[in-house]
Amino acid sequence: MNSLSIRDLRVSIGDKEIIRGLTLDVPKGEVHAIMGPNGSGKSTLSKAIGGHPDYSITSGDVLVDGESILDLAPDERSRKGLFLAFQYPMEIPGVSNANFLRAALQARLPEGEEIEATEFYAQLYAEMDKLEMPRTFTARAVNEGFSGGEKKRNEILQMAMLKPKYSILDETDSGLDIDALKIVSAGVNAQRGPDTGFLVITHYQRLLDYIVPDVVHVMMSGRIVRTGGKDLALELEARGYDWIKDEENEPALA
Amino acid sequence: MTTETATQIGIDRSLGDFSYPESHKFDAGYGLTPATIDYIANVKGEADWIRDYRHKALKIFNSKPMPTHWASKDLESIVFDNIRYYLANGQRATRSWEDVPDDVKRTFERLGIPEQERKFLAGVEAQFDSEAVYSNIKKAVGDQGVIFCGPTEGLRDHPEIFQKWFGKVIPIGDNKFSALNSAVFSGGSFIYVPPGVKVKHPLQAYFRINAENFGQFERTLIIADEGSEVMYMEGCTAPKFETATLHSAVVELVALKGAKIQYITVQNWSANVFNLVTKRAHAHEEAEVKWIDCNIGSRLTMKYPGVELLGRKARGEVISIALANDGQHQDTGAKMIHHADDTTSNIVSKSISIGKGRATYRGLVKVPKHLKGCKNNTECDALLINSTSRTDTYPAITVLGTGNSCQHEASVSQVSAEQIFYMQQRGLTEAQAMSLSVNGFVNDLVRQFPMEYSVELKRLIDLEMEGSVG
Repeated sequence: MNSLSIRDLRVSIGDKEIIRGLTLDVPKGEVHAIMGPNGSGKSTLSKAIGGHPDYSITSGDVLVDGESILDLAPDERSRKGLFLAFQYPMEIPGVSNANFLRAALQARLPEGEEIEATEFYAQLYAEMDKLEMPRTFTARAVNEGFSGGEKKRNEILQMAMLKPKYSILDETDSGLDIDALKIVSAGVNAQRGPDTGFLVITHYQRLLDYIVPDVVHVMMSGRIVRTGGKDLALELEARGYDWIKDEENEPALA
Repeated sequence: MTTETATQIGIDRSLGDFSYPESHKFDAGYGLTPATIDYIANVKGEADWIRDYRHKALKIFNSKPMPTHWASKDLESIVFDNIRYYLANGQRATRSWEDVPDDVKRTFERLGIPEQERKFLAGVEAQFDSEAVYSNIKKAVGDQGVIFCGPTEGLRDHPEIFQKWFGKVIPIGDNKFSALNSAVFSGGSFIYVPPGVKVKHPLQAYFRINAENFGQFERTLIIADEGSEVMYMEGCTAPKFETATLHSAVVELVALKGAKIQYITVQNWSANVFNLVTKRAHAHEEAEVKWIDCNIGSRLTMKYPGVELLGRKARGEVISIALANDGQHQDTGAKMIHHADDTTSNIVSKSISIGKGRATYRGLVKVPKHLKGCKNNTECDALLINSTSRTDTYPAITVLGTGNSCQHEASVSQVSAEQIFYMQQRGLTEAQAMSLSVNGFVNDLVRQFPMEYSVELKRLIDLEMEGSVG
């Protein structure tokens, strides 16, 4: 019950099936990594779980703590405790980071209740300090003119403020130099705990040196083809994806 | 700023959608003839010169064709014979809120007047159909020699100032609707600020149409004498009637040497009102005129506030926000006519088209060859919400001579599905996400508004966006 649970999921974009029967469980308290070569469907998986309208789920289910979320709008899924750190965060011209976060938090309150401003800023500043973000950041428009690293830091800040139960990090390491990678990873690690589950999607093993996963899944052609401990990531780093591919292609011979 | 204050500023469309039964003592009847003019002039007890002016204007109105060769054909839906041109109860505008007739008082109290007067205004005038029912200026402001009343009172009590400036900025024949207004004008504001007087708080007028098949033709004349400063704000509402209603105002501003006038409009007529307004200013040497113009309501708005930059170093500015929803056409823009050296003008226009709404920007900038040191900056940005939304831009910029410069930027953007998904993923509903994007789009302009108005505008945008998704 206490998990983000993906059951035999099939997802298409237009006529093309991208996710082909994927099953995965991320219990609270655990960090799972999904690794896979380009085009294996990793980003499709995260957007489909988030409820992006371009992705149609043809069969299977996604459950948050035992409750299916597939009939919910993206914002309802978010308010159920699901968070997506985007590979390419969108820019929202004219809307300040502080106002955006405030609106997102306000959306979680019952009607008639208001965010308490001083409390909000105290919390925001504390989280920003952890991510080494300057105070001037609050007044800048969301992601507008941000460097790649700033955008990713901003995703982690939003995650810290919204306190989701389950977070999916989509290629959060892409576009980060090593210093930014360390800061972002520290931000994620600070949020690890018995009440949160993480699904970390990445192409490279490097990120997993800093965010050490409990479980590693390998995804190919829209399916999980192998699951193991954190050593699996190291093995992939050393040998590439081809050896799994070869095994996959010749299961009858094994 | 609390939300409580915001809700008290009643220019919310839903708030304005109510009406009381009418019982007008004076009704000029349907249609427009010389007899209509005489009726109005008789009721008002006007001097012969102004009666003659009205008759002359009627002739010009009848002789001018509808401007449909360049403007919307929708103008042809106006049936001038089905409109009543003057409705009033013969009341004089009272200075005491207690003396306002009960039904009218209820109307304005529902709209949040006069609470806001007590809060932050230097004076308020409230017009109900053709005439002002309430007009009050704070004593301290009146004691400085500031005049704030309607044109009928201006004409009667201050003829020497009124007659000198009236009709000088916008001549009768400027366009068909300025001629119409000149023929049947009633209500509006007359403001005179003496030399050097800086009115600290805004003066506000509130225009309300209560009757069906009615035309409101207010006339406003503001004169800021040398070195003076004044800010004027107007708001307007009408109930949603079945038939079209006409609002055709003429607003003339005169900023004498070194004077500053800021004129703010939040137009929120119901979606069956034809809003055809002529607004222009004369800016003399080193004077500054700034129009802030927000058009949210109406069926068709045609309005291009202008500044004639008459004296050296005069400055003109138009900040314009238009929001066109289903069934609405906001045809707005600005005119900047440079007549002197070292004059500068700035136009920033932002429009938002929702559903099948249509926004049009028309700009006219003229700098003749013999001038030097003149500058114009024009920016117009359009935001389209749906694939059915429409925007058109017609900038006409003529800057001649070698010592002058101009800059023009235009953009059209669309709220993308990816942007909305991103915001929804953070927990905002689709409507909230749209609203936030739109507010972000106009944010840099809204920051220039007085706080009370910026909060109200944000709320109006939220209301419009609520109905735009589904």
